[in-house]
Amino acid sequence: MIRFENVSKTYEGQSKAALLNVNVEIEKGEFVFLVGTSGSGKSTFLRLVLREHRTTRGHIMVAGKDLNRLASWRIPQMRRQIGTVFQDFRLLPNKTVAENVAFALQVIGKPRSHIRKTVPEVLELVGLDGKEDRLPDELSGGEQQRVAIARAFVNRPMILIADEPTGNLDPGTSVGIMKLLDRINRTGTTVVMATHDVSIVDQMRKRVIELQNGHVVRDESRGVYGYQH
Amino acid sequence: MRLNYILSDLGIGLKRNLSMTIAVVVTIWVSLALFGSALLANSQVSLMKGNWYDKIQISVFLCTKDSGGRGCSGAEVTQEQKNRIQQVIQTNPDTAPDGVFSESKKEAFESFKKLYKDSPIVSTVTEDQMQESFRVKLKDPQRYQNLVSAVAGLPGVDTVQDLRQYLDPLFKALNGLQIGAIFAAGLLLAAALMQIFNTIRLAAYARRREIGIMRLVGASNFYIQLPFLLEAVLAALVGAVLACGTLWLGVYLIVMQRAQETFRVWQWVGATETFRAMLYMVLVGVILAVIPTFLTTRKYLKV
Repeated sequence: MIRFENVSKTYEGQSKAALLNVNVEIEKGEFVFLVGTSGSGKSTFLRLVLREHRTTRGHIMVAGKDLNRLASWRIPQMRRQIGTVFQDFRLLPNKTVAENVAFALQVIGKPRSHIRKTVPEVLELVGLDGKEDRLPDELSGGEQQRVAIARAFVNRPMILIADEPTGNLDPGTSVGIMKLLDRINRTGTTVVMATHDVSIVDQMRKRVIELQNGHVVRDESRGVYGYQH
Repeated sequence: MRLNYILSDLGIGLKRNLSMTIAVVVTIWVSLALFGSALLANSQVSLMKGNWYDKIQISVFLCTKDSGGRGCSGAEVTQEQKNRIQQVIQTNPDTAPDGVFSESKKEAFESFKKLYKDSPIVSTVTEDQMQESFRVKLKDPQRYQNLVSAVAGLPGVDTVQDLRQYLDPLFKALNGLQIGAIFAAGLLLAAALMQIFNTIRLAAYARRREIGIMRLVGASNFYIQLPFLLEAVLAALVGAVLACGTLWLGVYLIVMQRAQETFRVWQWVGATETFRAMLYMVLVGVILAVIPTFLTTRKYLKV
Protein backbone atom coordinates (compact mmCIF):
# COMPACT_ATOMS: atom_id res chain seq x y z
CA MET A 1 0.00 0.00 0.00
CA ILE A 2 2.87 2.37 0.92
CA ARG A 3 6.41 1.69 -0.20
CA PHE A 4 9.49 3.85 0.44
CA GLU A 5 12.43 3.01 -1.81
CA ASN A 6 15.72 4.62 -0.73
CA VAL A 7 13.89 7.77 0.19
CA SER A 8 15.87 10.81 1.28
CA LYS A 9 14.47 14.23 1.99
CA THR A 10 16.48 17.36 2.64
CA TYR A 11 14.47 20.53 3.11
CA GLU A 12 15.52 23.55 1.12
CA GLY A 13 18.13 25.63 2.91
CA GLN A 14 19.07 22.86 5.33
CA SER A 15 22.18 20.75 5.22
CA LYS A 16 20.94 17.91 7.41
CA ALA A 17 18.62 15.39 5.85
CA ALA A 18 15.20 14.96 7.46
CA LEU A 19 15.02 11.42 6.08
CA LEU A 20 17.94 9.38 4.81
CA ASN A 21 17.76 6.21 2.74
CA VAL A 22 14.49 5.01 4.16
CA ASN A 23 13.19 1.68 2.90
CA VAL A 24 9.80 0.70 4.26
CA GLU A 25 6.95 -1.37 2.95
CA ILE A 26 3.52 -1.15 4.54
CA GLU A 27 0.96 -3.70 3.39
CA LYS A 28 -2.72 -3.14 2.84
CA GLY A 29 -4.66 -3.39 6.11
CA GLU A 30 -1.64 -3.03 8.37
CA PHE A 31 -1.56 -0.92 11.54
CA VAL A 32 1.80 0.77 11.92
CA PHE A 33 3.19 2.96 14.69
CA LEU A 34 5.81 5.48 13.68
CA VAL A 35 7.86 6.35 16.76
CA GLY A 36 10.88 8.47 17.48
CA THR A 37 11.84 11.69 19.19
CA SER A 38 10.83 15.10 17.87
CA GLY A 39 12.84 15.86 14.76
CA SER A 40 13.46 12.20 14.00
CA GLY A 41 11.58 12.45 10.70
CA LYS A 42 8.10 11.15 11.59
CA SER A 43 6.28 14.19 10.29
CA THR A 44 8.40 14.30 7.14
CA PHE A 45 7.52 10.65 6.55
CA LEU A 46 3.78 11.43 6.77
CA ARG A 47 4.05 14.58 4.65
CA LEU A 48 5.82 12.69 1.92
CA VAL A 49 3.01 10.11 1.85
CA LEU A 50 0.51 12.97 1.46
CA ARG A 51 2.72 14.40 -1.29
CA GLU A 52 2.93 17.73 0.51
CA HIS A 53 6.60 17.58 -0.39
CA ARG A 54 8.60 15.73 -2.99
CA THR A 55 11.42 13.39 -2.09
CA THR A 56 14.94 14.62 -2.69
CA ARG A 57 15.95 11.12 -3.73
CA GLY A 58 14.19 7.80 -4.01
CA HIS A 59 10.61 6.85 -4.77
CA ILE A 60 7.41 6.54 -2.78
CA MET A 61 4.66 4.31 -4.05
CA VAL A 62 1.18 4.84 -2.63
CA ALA A 63 -1.55 2.48 -3.81
CA GLY A 64 0.63 1.49 -6.74
CA LYS A 65 1.38 5.04 -7.87
CA ASP A 66 4.79 6.66 -7.89
CA LEU A 67 4.25 9.99 -6.16
CA ASN A 68 7.22 11.60 -7.91
CA ARG A 69 5.63 10.91 -11.27
CA LEU A 70 2.19 12.10 -10.24
CA ALA A 71 1.12 15.23 -12.12
CA SER A 72 0.27 18.00 -9.69
CA TRP A 73 -3.36 18.17 -10.87
CA ARG A 74 -3.72 14.52 -9.92
CA ILE A 75 -2.61 15.07 -6.32
CA PRO A 76 -6.11 15.97 -5.03
CA GLN A 77 -7.45 12.72 -6.51
CA MET A 78 -4.70 10.81 -4.74
CA ARG A 79 -5.42 12.52 -1.41
CA ARG A 80 -9.04 11.44 -1.54
CA GLN A 81 -7.76 7.93 -0.86
CA ILE A 82 -5.96 9.06 2.29
CA GLY A 83 -7.65 10.27 5.47
CA THR A 84 -5.63 12.45 7.83
CA VAL A 85 -5.97 13.20 11.54
CA PHE A 86 -3.85 15.65 13.51
CA GLN A 87 -2.99 16.35 17.12
CA ASP A 88 -4.86 19.68 16.96
CA PHE A 89 -8.05 18.24 15.35
CA ARG A 90 -8.30 21.06 12.76
CA LEU A 91 -12.07 21.37 12.85
CA LEU A 92 -13.87 24.39 11.46
CA PRO A 93 -15.13 26.26 14.54
CA ASN A 94 -18.17 27.82 12.86
CA LYS A 95 -19.52 24.54 11.54
CA THR A 96 -21.40 21.90 13.50
CA VAL A 97 -20.16 18.35 13.93
CA ALA A 98 -22.23 17.11 11.01
CA GLU A 99 -21.24 20.08 8.83
CA ASN A 100 -17.56 19.52 9.56
CA VAL A 101 -17.83 15.94 8.38
CA ALA A 102 -20.05 16.83 5.42
CA PHE A 103 -17.56 19.53 4.36
CA ALA A 104 -15.02 16.89 3.39
CA LEU A 105 -17.52 15.36 0.98
CA GLN A 106 -18.94 18.63 -0.32
CA VAL A 107 -15.61 19.99 -1.44
CA ILE A 108 -14.83 16.92 -3.49
CA GLY A 109 -18.19 17.24 -5.22
CA LYS A 110 -20.14 14.33 -3.71
CA PRO A 111 -23.88 14.46 -4.36
CA ARG A 112 -26.08 15.71 -1.56
CA SER A 113 -28.00 12.46 -1.27
CA HIS A 114 -24.74 10.59 -0.69
CA ILE A 115 -23.72 13.10 1.98
CA ARG A 116 -27.06 12.88 3.77
CA LYS A 117 -26.73 9.11 3.95
CA THR A 118 -23.02 8.79 4.80
CA VAL A 119 -22.50 11.45 7.45
CA PRO A 120 -24.88 9.97 10.09
CA GLU A 121 -23.41 6.53 9.45
CA VAL A 122 -19.86 7.62 10.11
CA LEU A 123 -20.88 9.72 13.14
CA GLU A 124 -22.49 6.63 14.59
CA LEU A 125 -19.33 4.64 13.88
CA VAL A 126 -17.20 7.09 15.86
CA GLY A 127 -19.75 7.23 18.67
CA LEU A 128 -21.05 10.76 18.16
CA ASP A 129 -24.67 10.04 17.25
CA GLY A 130 -26.86 12.57 18.96
CA LYS A 131 -24.19 15.29 18.86
CA GLU A 132 -24.52 16.16 15.16
CA ASP A 133 -25.57 19.74 15.81
CA ARG A 134 -22.97 20.67 18.40
CA LEU A 135 -20.20 23.11 17.60
CA PRO A 136 -16.59 21.97 18.16
CA ASP A 137 -16.32 24.36 21.13
CA GLU A 138 -19.05 22.47 22.93
CA LEU A 139 -17.23 19.15 22.74
CA SER A 140 -14.46 17.58 24.81
CA GLY A 141 -11.05 17.02 23.26
CA GLY A 142 -11.73 13.34 22.74
CA GLU A 143 -15.03 14.10 21.05
CA GLN A 144 -13.38 16.66 18.80
CA GLN A 145 -10.83 14.10 17.74
CA ARG A 146 -13.67 11.70 16.98
CA VAL A 147 -15.16 14.33 14.69
CA ALA A 148 -11.79 14.68 12.99
CA ILE A 149 -11.55 10.91 12.57
CA ALA A 150 -15.09 10.82 11.19
CA ARG A 151 -14.12 13.50 8.68
CA ALA A 152 -10.98 11.60 7.69
CA PHE A 153 -12.88 8.33 7.30
CA VAL A 154 -16.15 9.51 5.76
CA ASN A 155 -14.87 9.04 2.21
CA ARG A 156 -13.72 5.49 3.09
CA PRO A 157 -10.03 6.06 2.37
CA MET A 158 -7.64 3.17 1.81
CA ILE A 159 -5.12 4.75 4.17
CA LEU A 160 -5.60 6.66 7.42
CA ILE A 161 -2.70 8.80 8.55
CA ALA A 162 -2.71 9.99 12.16
CA ASP A 163 -0.09 12.45 13.35
CA GLU A 164 -0.02 12.16 17.17
CA PRO A 165 -3.81 11.90 17.42
CA THR A 166 -3.69 11.41 21.20
CA GLY A 167 -1.09 14.09 21.83
CA ASN A 168 -3.62 16.51 23.35
CA LEU A 169 -5.74 13.93 25.16
CA ASP A 170 -5.65 12.35 28.62
CA PRO A 171 -4.79 8.63 28.85
CA GLY A 172 -8.36 7.46 29.37
CA THR A 173 -9.64 9.37 26.36
CA SER A 174 -6.65 8.21 24.32
CA VAL A 175 -7.63 4.58 24.85
CA GLY A 176 -11.04 5.33 23.38
CA ILE A 177 -9.48 6.96 20.34
CA MET A 178 -7.13 3.99 19.88
CA LYS A 179 -10.07 1.59 20.04
CA LEU A 180 -11.74 3.63 17.32
CA LEU A 181 -8.62 3.61 15.11
CA ASP A 182 -8.34 -0.14 15.68
CA ARG A 183 -11.95 -0.59 14.60
CA ILE A 184 -11.29 1.45 11.45
CA ASN A 185 -8.21 -0.67 10.79
CA ARG A 186 -10.34 -3.80 11.00
CA THR A 187 -12.49 -2.55 8.12
CA GLY A 188 -9.39 -3.01 5.95
CA THR A 189 -8.04 0.54 6.14
CA THR A 190 -4.27 0.81 6.46
CA VAL A 191 -3.44 2.97 9.50
CA VAL A 192 -0.14 4.79 9.95
CA MET A 193 0.13 6.60 13.26
CA ALA A 194 3.00 8.74 14.48
CA THR A 195 3.09 8.92 18.25
CA HIS A 196 5.06 9.64 21.40
CA ASP A 197 2.65 7.72 23.60
CA VAL A 198 4.63 4.85 25.12
CA SER A 199 1.77 3.09 26.87
CA ILE A 200 -0.42 3.03 23.80
CA VAL A 201 2.29 1.50 21.64
CA ASP A 202 3.14 -1.05 24.29
CA GLN A 203 -0.51 -2.03 24.78
CA MET A 204 -1.45 -2.39 21.14
CA ARG A 205 1.49 -4.64 20.13
CA LYS A 206 1.35 -3.60 16.50
CA ARG A 207 4.13 -3.09 14.00
CA VAL A 208 6.54 -0.37 15.17
CA ILE A 209 8.88 1.59 12.92
CA GLU A 210 11.35 3.73 14.84
CA LEU A 211 13.06 6.68 13.25
CA GLN A 212 16.19 8.35 14.55
CA ASN A 213 17.84 11.30 12.81
CA GLY A 214 16.06 10.39 9.60
CA HIS A 215 17.09 6.71 9.66
CA VAL A 216 14.90 3.70 10.28
CA VAL A 217 16.60 2.11 13.31
CA ARG A 218 13.98 -0.48 14.15
CA ASP A 219 11.10 -2.20 12.36
CA GLU A 220 9.35 -4.85 14.49
CA SER A 221 6.13 -6.61 13.63
CA ARG A 222 4.71 -6.75 17.17
CA GLY A 223 6.82 -4.12 18.85
CA VAL A 224 6.86 -1.91 21.88
CA TYR A 225 7.80 1.75 22.06
CA GLY A 226 11.42 1.12 23.07
CA TYR A 227 13.63 0.44 26.00
CA GLN A 228 15.29 3.78 26.67
CA HIS A 229 12.12 5.75 27.24
CA MET B 1 -19.37 20.83 -8.47
CA ARG B 2 -21.94 22.03 -5.98
CA LEU B 3 -23.02 25.48 -6.97
CA ASN B 4 -24.78 26.38 -3.73
CA TYR B 5 -21.64 25.79 -1.64
CA ILE B 6 -19.60 27.89 -4.01
CA LEU B 7 -22.15 30.69 -3.99
CA SER B 8 -22.34 30.73 -0.21
CA ASP B 9 -18.54 30.85 -0.12
CA LEU B 10 -18.69 33.76 -2.55
CA GLY B 11 -21.17 35.64 -0.37
CA ILE B 12 -19.06 35.13 2.75
CA GLY B 13 -15.94 36.23 0.89
CA LEU B 14 -17.57 39.39 -0.40
CA LYS B 15 -18.91 40.32 3.02
CA ARG B 16 -15.59 39.71 4.70
CA ASN B 17 -13.67 41.85 2.23
CA LEU B 18 -16.31 44.44 1.58
CA SER B 19 -14.06 47.49 1.90
CA MET B 20 -11.31 45.93 -0.20
CA THR B 21 -13.84 44.83 -2.79
CA ILE B 22 -15.24 48.35 -2.98
CA ALA B 23 -11.73 49.72 -3.45
CA VAL B 24 -11.13 47.26 -6.29
CA VAL B 25 -14.47 48.13 -7.89
CA VAL B 26 -13.80 51.87 -7.77
CA THR B 27 -10.30 51.53 -9.19
CA ILE B 28 -11.50 49.30 -12.00
CA TRP B 29 -14.39 51.67 -12.64
CA VAL B 30 -12.22 54.76 -13.08
CA SER B 31 -9.47 53.01 -15.02
CA LEU B 32 -11.88 51.35 -17.42
CA ALA B 33 -13.73 54.61 -17.96
CA LEU B 34 -10.43 56.23 -18.95
CA PHE B 35 -9.56 53.28 -21.13
CA GLY B 36 -12.95 53.57 -22.82
CA SER B 37 -12.43 57.29 -23.45
CA ALA B 38 -9.10 56.54 -25.07
CA LEU B 39 -10.79 54.00 -27.32
CA LEU B 40 -13.43 56.54 -28.25
CA ALA B 41 -10.84 59.21 -28.99
CA ASN B 42 -9.21 56.69 -31.27
CA SER B 43 -12.52 55.98 -33.02
CA GLN B 44 -13.07 59.71 -33.39
CA VAL B 45 -9.73 60.18 -35.15
CA SER B 46 -10.50 57.26 -37.46
CA LEU B 47 -13.90 58.70 -38.27
CA MET B 48 -12.46 62.08 -39.13
CA LYS B 49 -9.63 60.59 -41.12
CA GLY B 50 -12.10 58.40 -42.96
CA ASN B 51 -14.06 61.43 -44.10
CA TRP B 52 -11.32 63.90 -44.80
CA TYR B 53 -7.81 62.69 -44.44
CA ASP B 54 -7.78 60.21 -47.32
CA LYS B 55 -9.55 62.61 -49.65
CA ILE B 56 -7.32 65.42 -48.52
CA GLN B 57 -7.72 68.33 -50.82
CA ILE B 58 -6.19 71.62 -51.31
CA SER B 59 -8.86 74.18 -51.91
CA VAL B 60 -7.99 77.05 -54.24
CA PHE B 61 -10.56 79.78 -53.75
CA LEU B 62 -10.97 82.20 -56.62
CA CYS B 63 -11.55 85.91 -56.48
CA THR B 64 -14.96 87.56 -56.13
CA LYS B 65 -15.74 91.23 -56.22
CA ASP B 66 -15.29 91.47 -52.47
CA SER B 67 -12.19 89.34 -51.96
CA GLY B 68 -8.96 90.98 -50.97
CA GLY B 69 -6.46 88.25 -51.80
CA ARG B 70 -3.08 88.94 -53.33
CA GLY B 71 -4.08 87.89 -56.86
CA CYS B 72 -7.38 89.75 -56.81
CA SER B 73 -7.90 93.19 -58.25
CA GLY B 74 -11.37 93.93 -56.90
CA ALA B 75 -13.06 92.05 -59.72
CA GLU B 76 -14.42 88.59 -60.42
CA VAL B 77 -11.97 86.03 -61.66
CA THR B 78 -11.99 85.86 -65.49
CA GLN B 79 -12.38 82.73 -67.58
CA GLU B 80 -8.85 83.25 -68.86
CA GLN B 81 -7.44 83.34 -65.36
CA LYS B 82 -9.42 80.23 -64.46
CA ASN B 83 -8.01 78.32 -67.43
CA ARG B 84 -4.51 79.37 -66.50
CA ILE B 85 -4.94 78.33 -62.85
CA GLN B 86 -6.43 74.98 -63.85
CA GLN B 87 -3.53 74.36 -66.19
CA VAL B 88 -0.96 75.13 -63.48
CA ILE B 89 -2.67 72.73 -61.08
CA GLN B 90 -3.10 69.96 -63.63
CA THR B 91 0.51 70.06 -64.78
CA ASN B 92 1.90 70.12 -61.28
CA PRO B 93 3.69 66.79 -60.64
CA ASP B 94 2.10 66.40 -57.19
CA THR B 95 -1.48 66.56 -58.41
CA ALA B 96 -3.20 63.18 -58.60
CA PRO B 97 -4.41 62.12 -62.07
CA ASP B 98 -7.94 63.39 -62.57
CA GLY B 99 -7.48 65.07 -59.21
CA VAL B 100 -8.86 68.49 -60.07
CA PHE B 101 -12.46 69.35 -59.42
CA SER B 102 -13.95 72.75 -59.90
CA GLU B 103 -16.79 73.92 -57.74
CA SER B 104 -19.11 76.58 -59.15
CA LYS B 105 -20.89 79.21 -57.12
CA LYS B 106 -24.09 77.22 -57.46
CA GLU B 107 -22.51 74.01 -56.14
CA ALA B 108 -20.85 75.91 -53.33
CA PHE B 109 -24.19 77.38 -52.36
CA GLU B 110 -25.89 73.96 -52.40
CA SER B 111 -23.35 72.40 -50.08
CA PHE B 112 -23.43 75.46 -47.85
CA LYS B 113 -27.18 75.15 -47.51
CA LYS B 114 -26.82 71.48 -46.70
CA LEU B 115 -24.19 72.02 -44.03
CA TYR B 116 -26.05 74.80 -42.28
CA LYS B 117 -29.55 73.68 -43.05
CA ASP B 118 -30.87 74.39 -39.53
CA SER B 119 -29.05 77.67 -39.16
CA PRO B 120 -30.57 81.08 -39.72
CA ILE B 121 -27.38 82.10 -41.54
CA VAL B 122 -28.65 80.47 -44.76
CA SER B 123 -31.31 83.10 -45.30
CA THR B 124 -28.76 85.91 -45.18
CA VAL B 125 -26.43 84.45 -47.78
CA THR B 126 -26.94 84.52 -51.53
CA GLU B 127 -25.47 82.38 -54.26
CA ASP B 128 -23.57 85.34 -55.54
CA GLN B 129 -21.56 85.66 -52.38
CA MET B 130 -20.19 82.13 -52.78
CA GLN B 131 -16.67 81.60 -54.01
CA GLU B 132 -15.72 79.50 -56.98
CA SER B 133 -12.95 77.05 -56.21
CA PHE B 134 -10.74 74.28 -57.46
CA ARG B 135 -10.50 71.24 -55.15
CA VAL B 136 -7.30 69.34 -55.63
CA LYS B 137 -6.45 65.81 -54.73
CA LEU B 138 -2.76 65.11 -54.23
CA LYS B 139 -0.75 62.02 -55.08
CA ASP B 140 0.85 62.18 -51.67
CA PRO B 141 -1.07 64.19 -49.09
CA GLN B 142 2.18 64.95 -47.27
CA ARG B 143 3.58 66.87 -50.24
CA TYR B 144 1.32 69.83 -50.51
CA GLN B 145 3.76 72.73 -50.25
CA ASN B 146 4.97 72.65 -53.84
CA LEU B 147 1.49 73.05 -55.23
CA VAL B 148 0.44 75.62 -52.64
CA SER B 149 3.37 77.89 -53.53
CA ALA B 150 2.86 77.37 -57.24
CA VAL B 151 -0.77 78.44 -57.14
CA ALA B 152 -0.74 81.12 -54.46
CA GLY B 153 -0.32 84.53 -55.98
CA LEU B 154 -1.52 83.60 -59.45
CA PRO B 155 -3.88 86.24 -60.83
CA GLY B 156 -7.44 85.33 -59.88
CA VAL B 157 -6.48 83.25 -56.83
CA ASP B 158 -7.86 84.57 -53.55
CA THR B 159 -6.64 82.03 -50.98
CA VAL B 160 -5.20 78.52 -50.94
CA GLN B 161 -6.32 76.35 -48.08
CA ASP B 162 -4.73 73.16 -46.97
CA LEU B 163 -7.11 71.08 -44.86
CA ARG B 164 -4.27 69.61 -42.88
CA GLN B 165 -3.78 72.96 -41.29
CA TYR B 166 -7.20 72.57 -39.73
CA LEU B 167 -7.20 68.87 -39.00
CA ASP B 168 -3.73 68.34 -37.63
CA PRO B 169 -4.15 70.42 -34.45
CA LEU B 170 -7.38 68.57 -33.74
CA PHE B 171 -5.73 65.22 -34.29
CA LYS B 172 -2.89 66.28 -32.06
CA ALA B 173 -5.30 67.22 -29.31
CA LEU B 174 -7.18 63.95 -29.63
CA ASN B 175 -3.93 62.07 -29.72
CA GLY B 176 -2.73 63.78 -26.58
CA LEU B 177 -6.03 63.04 -24.88
CA GLN B 178 -5.72 59.42 -25.89
CA ILE B 179 -2.16 59.05 -24.65
CA GLY B 180 -3.00 60.77 -21.39
CA ALA B 181 -6.06 58.61 -20.84
CA ILE B 182 -4.19 55.40 -21.65
CA PHE B 183 -1.35 56.38 -19.34
CA ALA B 184 -3.71 57.16 -16.46
CA ALA B 185 -5.74 54.04 -17.17
CA GLY B 186 -2.55 51.99 -17.16
CA LEU B 187 -1.49 53.37 -13.79
CA LEU B 188 -4.90 52.75 -12.29
CA LEU B 189 -5.10 49.26 -13.73
CA ALA B 190 -1.71 48.51 -12.20
CA ALA B 191 -3.09 49.77 -8.89
CA ALA B 192 -6.15 47.56 -9.39
CA LEU B 193 -3.91 44.56 -9.99
CA MET B 194 -2.09 45.16 -6.74
CA GLN B 195 -5.35 45.65 -4.88
CA ILE B 196 -6.69 42.39 -6.23
CA PHE B 197 -3.45 40.71 -5.28
CA ASN B 198 -3.73 42.04 -1.71
CA THR B 199 -7.42 41.29 -1.39
CA ILE B 200 -6.86 37.71 -2.35
CA ARG B 201 -3.90 37.35 -0.07
CA LEU B 202 -6.05 38.55 2.82
CA ALA B 203 -8.97 36.38 1.80
CA ALA B 204 -6.74 33.35 1.46
CA TYR B 205 -5.33 34.06 4.90
CA ALA B 206 -8.80 34.49 6.39
CA ARG B 207 -9.85 31.17 4.91
CA ARG B 208 -6.64 29.29 5.57
CA ARG B 209 -8.34 26.70 7.81
CA GLU B 210 -10.94 25.81 5.23
CA ILE B 211 -8.38 25.82 2.46
CA GLY B 212 -6.04 23.61 4.48
CA ILE B 213 -8.80 21.07 5.01
CA MET B 214 -9.92 21.26 1.40
CA ARG B 215 -6.41 20.42 0.26
CA LEU B 216 -6.14 17.66 2.80
CA VAL B 217 -9.33 15.89 1.77
CA GLY B 218 -8.48 16.27 -1.92
CA ALA B 219 -10.61 19.14 -3.20
CA SER B 220 -9.45 20.05 -6.69
CA ASN B 221 -7.42 23.21 -7.16
CA PHE B 222 -10.12 24.60 -9.38
CA TYR B 223 -12.73 24.09 -6.67
CA ILE B 224 -10.54 25.94 -4.17
CA GLN B 225 -9.81 28.77 -6.61
CA LEU B 226 -13.32 29.18 -7.89
CA PRO B 227 -14.75 31.37 -5.07
CA PHE B 228 -11.76 33.70 -5.42
CA LEU B 229 -12.15 33.85 -9.19
CA LEU B 230 -15.87 34.52 -8.94
CA GLU B 231 -15.24 37.25 -6.39
CA ALA B 232 -12.72 38.95 -8.67
CA VAL B 233 -14.89 38.58 -11.77
CA LEU B 234 -17.88 39.98 -9.93
CA ALA B 235 -15.88 43.00 -8.73
CA ALA B 236 -14.54 43.52 -12.27
CA LEU B 237 -18.00 43.27 -13.80
CA VAL B 238 -19.49 45.76 -11.37
CA GLY B 239 -16.58 48.12 -12.04
CA ALA B 240 -16.96 47.62 -15.79
CA VAL B 241 -20.70 48.28 -15.73
CA LEU B 242 -20.15 51.49 -13.77
CA ALA B 243 -17.42 52.49 -16.24
CA CYS B 244 -19.73 51.77 -19.18
CA GLY B 245 -22.40 53.96 -17.59
CA THR B 246 -19.88 56.73 -17.08
CA LEU B 247 -18.71 56.50 -20.68
CA TRP B 248 -22.25 56.58 -22.00
CA LEU B 249 -23.02 59.61 -19.87
CA GLY B 250 -19.87 61.30 -21.17
CA VAL B 251 -20.71 60.54 -24.80
CA TYR B 252 -24.27 61.73 -24.27
CA LEU B 253 -23.36 64.98 -22.54
CA ILE B 254 -20.24 65.94 -24.47
CA VAL B 255 -20.65 64.47 -27.94
CA MET B 256 -24.37 64.13 -28.50
CA GLN B 257 -25.48 67.29 -26.69
CA ARG B 258 -22.58 69.59 -27.44
CA ALA B 259 -20.06 68.60 -30.10
CA GLN B 260 -22.56 67.30 -32.63
CA GLU B 261 -24.56 70.50 -32.35
CA THR B 262 -21.60 72.84 -32.49
CA PHE B 263 -19.40 71.12 -35.08
CA ARG B 264 -21.78 69.63 -37.55
CA VAL B 265 -19.18 69.46 -40.27
CA TRP B 266 -17.67 66.37 -38.79
CA GLN B 267 -18.99 62.99 -38.08
CA TRP B 268 -18.87 62.18 -34.36
CA VAL B 269 -18.64 58.96 -32.45
CA GLY B 270 -22.05 57.60 -31.58
CA ALA B 271 -23.75 54.58 -30.11
CA THR B 272 -21.93 52.04 -32.32
CA GLU B 273 -18.47 53.17 -31.32
CA THR B 274 -19.50 53.54 -27.69
CA PHE B 275 -20.88 50.00 -27.52
CA ARG B 276 -17.76 48.65 -29.15
CA ALA B 277 -15.63 50.47 -26.58
CA MET B 278 -17.83 49.06 -23.79
CA LEU B 279 -17.30 45.54 -25.06
CA TYR B 280 -13.54 46.00 -24.88
CA MET B 281 -13.83 47.56 -21.44
CA VAL B 282 -15.75 44.62 -20.01
CA LEU B 283 -13.33 42.20 -21.66
CA VAL B 284 -10.25 43.99 -20.36
CA GLY B 285 -11.79 44.36 -16.90
CA VAL B 286 -12.58 40.67 -16.58
CA ILE B 287 -9.24 39.54 -17.98
CA LEU B 288 -7.36 41.91 -15.69
CA ALA B 289 -9.26 40.56 -12.71
CA VAL B 290 -8.94 36.89 -13.60
CA ILE B 291 -5.23 36.78 -14.39
CA PRO B 292 -3.88 38.17 -11.09
CA THR B 293 -6.47 36.15 -9.16
CA PHE B 294 -5.36 33.02 -10.89
CA LEU B 295 -1.70 33.75 -10.26
CA THR B 296 -2.21 34.79 -6.63
CA THR B 297 -4.41 31.85 -5.74
CA ARG B 298 -1.92 29.52 -7.38
CA LYS B 299 0.79 31.03 -5.25
CA TYR B 300 -1.11 30.92 -1.97
CA LEU B 301 -3.02 27.71 -2.50
CA LYS B 302 -0.11 25.67 -3.72
CA VAL B 303 -0.69 21.96 -3.33
